[in-house]
Amino acid sequence: MTYITRRLLLLIPVLIGVSILTFTILRLAGDPTLTYLQNPERATPQQIAEIREKYHLDEPLYVQYYYWLDGVLHGDFGWSKTANLPASQALTMKFPATFELAVLATIFAVVIGIYVGTTSAVRVNSITDQSSRVIALVGVSIPVFWLGIMLIMVFYNRLGWAPIPQGQYTFTDFDRASLKSQTGFLLFDTLWSRDWNFFLDHLAHLILPAVTLAFASTAIIIRMMRSSMLEVLGAEYVKTARSKGLPERVVIRKHARRNALIPTTTVIGLSFGGLLGGAVLTETVFSWPGLGQWSASAAVNLDTAAIMAFTLMTAIIYVLANLIVDIVYAYLDPRVRLG
Amino acid sequence: MSSKPNQKTPEKSGARPRKDGGEDMIQRMLRSGPVGRIGLAIKPRIKELKFSLHLMSKSATSIAGVILIILLIILAAFPFFFAHPQSGRDPFLIPKDFSAPIPQAPGSKYPLGSMENGASIYYGIIWGSRISMAFAIQVVVVGVIMGTMLGLIAGYKGGVIDEIIMRLTDIFLSIPSLILIMAVAAALGRGLGATKLALIAVWWSGYTRLIRGQVLSVRENSYIDAARASGSGDLKIMFRHILPNSWAPVVVQATMDMGSVVLVLAGLSYLGLGAPSGYAEWGVMVSDGQFFVAVGYWWMVFFPGMAILMFVLAFNLMGDGLRDVLDPKMRR
Repeated sequence: MTYITRRLLLLIPVLIGVSILTFTILRLAGDPTLTYLQNPERATPQQIAEIREKYHLDEPLYVQYYYWLDGVLHGDFGWSKTANLPASQALTMKFPATFELAVLATIFAVVIGIYVGTTSAVRVNSITDQSSRVIALVGVSIPVFWLGIMLIMVFYNRLGWAPIPQGQYTFTDFDRASLKSQTGFLLFDTLWSRDWNFFLDHLAHLILPAVTLAFASTAIIIRMMRSSMLEVLGAEYVKTARSKGLPERVVIRKHARRNALIPTTTVIGLSFGGLLGGAVLTETVFSWPGLGQWSASAAVNLDTAAIMAFTLMTAIIYVLANLIVDIVYAYLDPRVRLG
Repeated sequence: MSSKPNQKTPEKSGARPRKDGGEDMIQRMLRSGPVGRIGLAIKPRIKELKFSLHLMSKSATSIAGVILIILLIILAAFPFFFAHPQSGRDPFLIPKDFSAPIPQAPGSKYPLGSMENGASIYYGIIWGSRISMAFAIQVVVVGVIMGTMLGLIAGYKGGVIDEIIMRLTDIFLSIPSLILIMAVAAALGRGLGATKLALIAVWWSGYTRLIRGQVLSVRENSYIDAARASGSGDLKIMFRHILPNSWAPVVVQATMDMGSVVLVLAGLSYLGLGAPSGYAEWGVMVSDGQFFVAVGYWWMVFFPGMAILMFVLAFNLMGDGLRDVLDPKMRR
């Protein structure tokens, strides 16, 4: 328990560091005055002065940071002009769409990655193994936006199997608002409201972006699974299991794969944490209304409040994902001690 | 690949049999002079390199990677040889032919098809290789130098210095770098220069962590104590003894990062933050062509994307091969 507390306390310096660094870089990179104006071309000097006064832009950098930090400590992350909402509210509103995408992509990646990785290690140096290695390399080499466009071309434009790749559903926003449950997690909301058509429609919209997103993670999981499986297959206890006369299938499933899964869990956890931060490119290609798309437009428009809120959230997720992975690892492998 | 490194025999690693006695004077002079000393230091490394190359040549995937990289280097070094630029224009802007405004399918005039206003995709891919190669080399080389120095110092010095450098590294690693790069690139104005600066600013942190981990274990070896006992200074120990024994994973990572940098560049250009529209940059070409896919002009997106894939794959194949070769534990 003290270990977890200590790790959580370490979050504070990281968050302070991350926020100071991001804030400084944003301010050094460009003056945000004009981005606060409705019509930057026709702004009067008076309007500009008002904006500079309102956002403390004439103060020294550390004073500006102080104002920001003061707001955050009072729960005010500032106004996101790209979302036209308070930044914290925009964050919670965009999160469910990204979360659903990340979960589905991780499920795809885990199922395929573990299966292919195991098979490839069991038949090491076979054709299956060689081709799975190449597939894994292609998976990390493929430009994700291109993959998305190609999938849309084949499955929407040519075959017509996929629904139009714009957003989360073909229903209207009114239909969505009339769902009985309004958590924002659409899969859950539609299921809870027993609106099967909406549910299936949403699921259909999810599949292509999730596959696109899963590609890279699958490749990473295949590689990790293969190498840890190879290591485990050389272990003494696998020899023992074999010499006891256990069928190979049981040796692989019960003795080898279970242990090989331990290091793979780490990779899965970290990649899921990464996906939660939003997939800028995938969400842009599929017009997916999640964190990735929002943060991208925030970055392009120098929406300081949004970028800061998003950066803090991602840093927290990164640190927490590392912590959870370490705890799970120690639980799965009792030889590892935390401390 | 059955031989292990400690079983290396001279004939396998290609060392010449030593002559008995009869060394002539020049050779003796060379040995005792500075040239000779360098020669003695280099010889085992050449031996090692030969052995590594021998191992790599046995893996089909690394050979494929090396061949692809050589092809890409040739393209990037001599693009004018494969696609003539119009004289007096920026060669990185794809030349246009306004007599053919509608995108054309691959054919005799346009080997890989054309974009709007007769911009040849073949031309864009050839000149795009130069942009990608130059960009990746600059980002990776600067990143490796910065990251390695910091990691080396942190790992070797330890204590407060280590703590400061590593906390800073942690901060950089936990920042959503793509968003920060986008913001910086957006603020500095659209263009390759801004993107490059922004990328370099965040790229070093991975190498720092990698090399520090290596240094921590390497510095515990007794040959480091021996070097210190024989009077070597900190700098000499760091650069002569620790660095050469810790950089293998960085070499692997840097090779693969050549591809990753190009992926990021293409992604940023696709989002409208890298090269401007109409440039011979692969991400921009995908972005310029993406809305034509719906009307069936698949070549506008397909070929530039394949170019990115091939570039990144080449360096990943090579990095994968290098990993097997450079890590003695992985040598099978």
